[in-house]
Amino acid sequence: MSSDAIVTAVLVAAALAVTLGVALGWAASRIEPDADSLVERIDALLPQTQCGQCRYPGCRPYAAAIASGAAEIDRCPPGGAATVRALAALLDRSQRPLDPAFGVPKPPQVAWIDEDKCIGCARCLPACPVDAIVGAPRQMHTVITAQCTGCELCLPPCPVDCIELRPVPAVSLRYRQPRAA
Amino acid sequence: MAVRSTFPAGLALDAHKQQACGAPIIELSQPPRVTLALDQGSGYDAEPVVTVGDTVAVGTLVARANHLYASALHAPLAGTVVAIGMHEAAVEGGRGVCIVIESDGSGRVDDRVRPVQSAYSLSPEELIQCLRDAGIAGLGGAGFPTATKLVSARAGGTQTLLLNGAECEPWICSDDALMRCAADDVVLGAFLLHRASGAGRCVIAIEDDKPEAIAAVKGAIGRRRADAQRDDDLTLAVVPAMYPQGAERQLITTITGIEIPSGNLPAEAGVICQNVATAAAVARWATLGEPILTRVVTVTGGGVVQPCNVRAPIGTPLSALIAAAGGYRSVPLRLIAGGSMTGRALPSDEVGLTKAMNCVLVATQDDIGSRLGAVESPCIRCGDCSSVCPAGLLPQQLHRAALADAHDALRHLGLRDCIDCGLCDYVCPSQIPLTDRFRDARRRLNAAEATAQKAADARERHELRTRRLQEAATAEQQAFESVRNRARQPGDDSAGGTN
Repeated sequence: MSSDAIVTAVLVAAALAVTLGVALGWAASRIEPDADSLVERIDALLPQTQCGQCRYPGCRPYAAAIASGAAEIDRCPPGGAATVRALAALLDRSQRPLDPAFGVPKPPQVAWIDEDKCIGCARCLPACPVDAIVGAPRQMHTVITAQCTGCELCLPPCPVDCIELRPVPAVSLRYRQPRAA
Repeated sequence: MAVRSTFPAGLALDAHKQQACGAPIIELSQPPRVTLALDQGSGYDAEPVVTVGDTVAVGTLVARANHLYASALHAPLAGTVVAIGMHEAAVEGGRGVCIVIESDGSGRVDDRVRPVQSAYSLSPEELIQCLRDAGIAGLGGAGFPTATKLVSARAGGTQTLLLNGAECEPWICSDDALMRCAADDVVLGAFLLHRASGAGRCVIAIEDDKPEAIAAVKGAIGRRRADAQRDDDLTLAVVPAMYPQGAERQLITTITGIEIPSGNLPAEAGVICQNVATAAAVARWATLGEPILTRVVTVTGGGVVQPCNVRAPIGTPLSALIAAAGGYRSVPLRLIAGGSMTGRALPSDEVGLTKAMNCVLVATQDDIGSRLGAVESPCIRCGDCSSVCPAGLLPQQLHRAALADAHDALRHLGLRDCIDCGLCDYVCPSQIPLTDRFRDARRRLNAAEATAQKAADARERHELRTRRLQEAATAEQQAFESVRNRARQPGDDSAGGTN
C-alpha cells in the first residue's frame, strides 16, 4: 500500500516533468523573444551621443548589436561606468570596466566653431549625426549648442581646424521655487 | 471674518516678533553706495542698460526685464555706476552679477519719476504694463514679477485676489509693521491690484497674532469705503497664527477651501496671491510715481542691539541696516536672509538688500544653535514629519527615495510639491536635515530630467536624419536606374529621330 503510493507519486511527478519540459521546449522554439522591445530598452539607456565610438553608426545600431550578442556592453565612453552598470543590470550580465580600446570618458562637451577661421566649406554639415550645425557653402557655419551632443565627428572633415570642443556651458541647476504663480 | 485653517497640518511656532515690531519703521537715509543684484530673488537676471561710468538719478532704469520672471531694476540713489560684475549677493551660491552705484549726494530725481495722474483711469492692461515698468515684484520673499502674475490671472479668469498679510514665519514682522503704519497704502494697492487682476473679490488675510495690523487695515478699509463711496468688495480675513499659514497654497486652502492640484498654478484654480507689501509698493507707484526703490525689512535676532523694521533703499549693504538696529551685540553665528525656517545664509554683511528680502536675521547660538552641529541619527520611523507636513507629503518615504536617488519614487511621492517650509526638519528627533536633502534631490532630479530630455531630442534628430539620408539614397538610385533603362532601349523616339 505505502510502496504503491510512492510509485504512483514518482510516476505522476515524472509525467508532469516530461510534459512541462516538452511544452516549454516547444514554446521556446516557437515564440520569438521580443527583440525590438529589448533593443528599445537598451537604446533608452545609451546617452544618444551618436558618436560611433563603439564602431556602430549610432546608438541604436549598437543597442541592436548588444541585443543580438554581437557586441559587449563596455563600448560606450560617453555613457561611462554608469551606462555599463545600467546595461549590466538590464541584461543581467556581470559588471565590467569600460574597454579603453573604444575611448575614455570625457566631461560633457559641445563643439564650437571659430567663426573667423571658418571658410564655409560645408564639410562638417553632413558629418553631424544630429544636424546641429547650421550653415551653407561659402556661408559661415555655427553650432546649435543646445542640440550638439559633443560627438567630435565634425572635427576630422574640417580642412582649417576651426572647430574645437568646449566644456558644456554651466547648466543652471539652481533650485527654483516649485512654480511661482 | 475669522477663518479656520484647512490645510493638512502645520505647527504653531515661537514667533520672536515682539522685539522688532513694537517701534515705528525707521527711515534709513541713502547709503553712500548700493549694490544691486540683477537677480532680485526670482532666480532670473535682469539685463543691465547702463555701463560703468554712466550717471544715474533716483528712479533711473538700470536693468530691464528681458524675461517674464525677471523684474526691472531702478537706481535708488543719484550718482555714478562704478562697477558691473560678480559680487557677493543674496542669491544662491552667494555670488551674482551686481550693479554698484556710488552716490554723488545730490539726490537728483529722474524726470520719469512723477506722480501718476490717472492710476484709476488706466485700463487693466495699461496698469499691468506700468507695474512691469516700475519693477514691481513680490516683496513677500519670492521676488516674482507682479505683472507676470496678473497676466496669468487675467488669462485664467481669476475669481479671488488674495492679499497675503499672514506673515507666518518666525522673526519676520516687516509686513506687520507696514500694515500698522501704512494700512491706507496697502488698501489702495489692493484696490489697484484688484482692478488689474479682474478678480471678483479681494481678501486681505492677516494672522490673528497681529491685532494692531488687523485694526489698522480694518480702519483703512472703512475709510476707503466712506471716502470713495466705492464698493470694492474688499474684505478682511483673520486666519489662525499657524506656520506655514502664509505659504501661497496653504493660505489659498484656508481662505477659499480650494486645494491647488499638484503641478497647477493657483491662477488655474481662479486665485492669485499677492503680498501686502507688494500692494503698498503699488500704492507708492500710484501716488508718487516711484518704481520700487525701497522696501521695509526686519532687522532682528539675538545678534543685534535693537531689533527693528527699517525702510531702506534696495541695494543698501546689510551692514548699514544692522547699524540702524544698533549694531552687532555679539559675533553672529549666521547672517540669514529671511526667517529661521526658510531663510538663506548670507556670505557677508556687504551684500545688498534685494526686493525679495523681507528680513535680515542676525542669528546667535541661542536663536538657531540647537540644530547647528547636531549629529544626524538614523530615522526611527516616528512619523512626526508626516504629521506636520502642510503639503500632505510623507517626508520619511521621500527621504529614503532621496538617499537612493530613486527618481520615479521621488516624482511619485510628490517631491515637487514640497514647499520647503522646513517643518519636517524642525520636528525630526533624529536631527535629519530633511529639507536640505529634498532641495538637493530636486536639483538632481531636474538635472537628470534635463539630460534625459536632451538624449531624447538627440535620438529623434538622429532618426530623422537617418531617414532623410535613406530617402535621398533611394531617390538617387531610382533616378540612376531610370536613366540607365532609357539608355538601354535602342529604338526610342529621340534616338530614332536623330539617326
